[in-house]
Amino acid sequence: MAGKRQAYQPDIDYSFSLAEISRCCGVTAEKILVLVGEGVLSPYGQSQREWRFAAADLTRAMSALRLERDLGINPAGAALAIELLDEMQQLRERVRLLESLFFPR
Amino acid sequence: MDYKDYYAVMAVARDATQDQIKRAYRKLARKYHPDVSKEPDAEKRFKELGEAYEVLKDPEKRAAYDQLGSNWRAGQDFKPPPGWDAGFEFSGGGYTDADHGGFSDFFESLFGQGGQFHAGGFRRGGRVSTRGEDHHARIEVSLEDAFQGATLSIQLRIPEYDAHGRLSDHLRKLQVKIPRGVTAGKRIRLAGQGGAGFNGGPAGDLFLEVSLRPHPLYQVEGKDVFLNLPITPWEAALGGKVEVPTLGGRVDLNIPAGARSGQKMRLKGRGIPVPGDTAGDQLVVLQIVTPPADSEAKKALYEKMAREIPFNPRTHLGG
Repeated sequence: MAGKRQAYQPDIDYSFSLAEISRCCGVTAEKILVLVGEGVLSPYGQSQREWRFAAADLTRAMSALRLERDLGINPAGAALAIELLDEMQQLRERVRLLESLFFPR
Repeated sequence: MDYKDYYAVMAVARDATQDQIKRAYRKLARKYHPDVSKEPDAEKRFKELGEAYEVLKDPEKRAAYDQLGSNWRAGQDFKPPPGWDAGFEFSGGGYTDADHGGFSDFFESLFGQGGQFHAGGFRRGGRVSTRGEDHHARIEVSLEDAFQGATLSIQLRIPEYDAHGRLSDHLRKLQVKIPRGVTAGKRIRLAGQGGAGFNGGPAGDLFLEVSLRPHPLYQVEGKDVFLNLPITPWEAALGGKVEVPTLGGRVDLNIPAGARSGQKMRLKGRGIPVPGDTAGDQLVVLQIVTPPADSEAKKALYEKMAREIPFNPRTHLGG
């Protein structure tokens, strides 16, 4: 253990049930079900009761809910925005990578 | 306290219609929304915008704000004139459904504190115990620490409501073990390290979103690490062994004869070792660098090559 203070051991491999992810986002389970229906979130598991949401789903859910609330768009619009934002992020990273490899300053 | 020019924030004229204000808000909100924008100050701009819209969209508040006059400049020291808001319905504050957390002192002095709303919300539970809030923050980790794992001291600014419902930041220092093999975008969770619970309820969790600090040598994509490797023309033409840095130490790389600029060579498993997955690779991108012809002898050598190695790299251009 480093230093005087206790060092916290984080979890990296964790997942959420439907109830847990709803609570983390501060919304009802119905809101989360809508995001699943729009394909923003993809839980694994057979039935709704067994569903597990990956850690990355929390980020996506919170982002979709903020976009809905702040920009006045519906869940389908938020889903589209999230998809396009993901794609833009990947492209930006690709451009940054290629630029630094082939046009180093 | 600084005066805020809400019309300037929204880039609308003082006589803009409610429709124009709404359109301006929608447009700027899309531009500065922190989930959408890549601008470094997006969060601050978006907050300012929300505050400006909160005032200008509401005819009552807008009229009260307009009454302050148009002679103020943004940032100018401001004190509300006594009795300035008499006759407006909202005196006393606590009248909107918007989340006022983080609105400016200027806003609060004019329209009251939103904080009371939150404090009330927490107390409403009475004797029911409630779980504390989850907290979310970002941490920047060096590539070396992501590769090896490390214990980092981090400081978090935690917004908190005090007994009077006022929002303030308090600084929290904690040590966190960064697990080996963490990649950008991962959200690590510290169970029970979020907001305190109420009436004996459990504490919330703390989520830390990892980003990687830019590295002077390496570029990272997911779990793969890229390195630009300069080589000489004779190493490229003849091939040879070159020493290459990797996150795990230096290794030898065999350059094949006839190597090209931009050629990618894979060092398997030399990238980020993601737990429960195959390790990433290091990709070495070759870049042929020609020495300058900065002496008579070097010039003579280049001229000799030009004579003795007939070579046209532009045949495909019809040259």
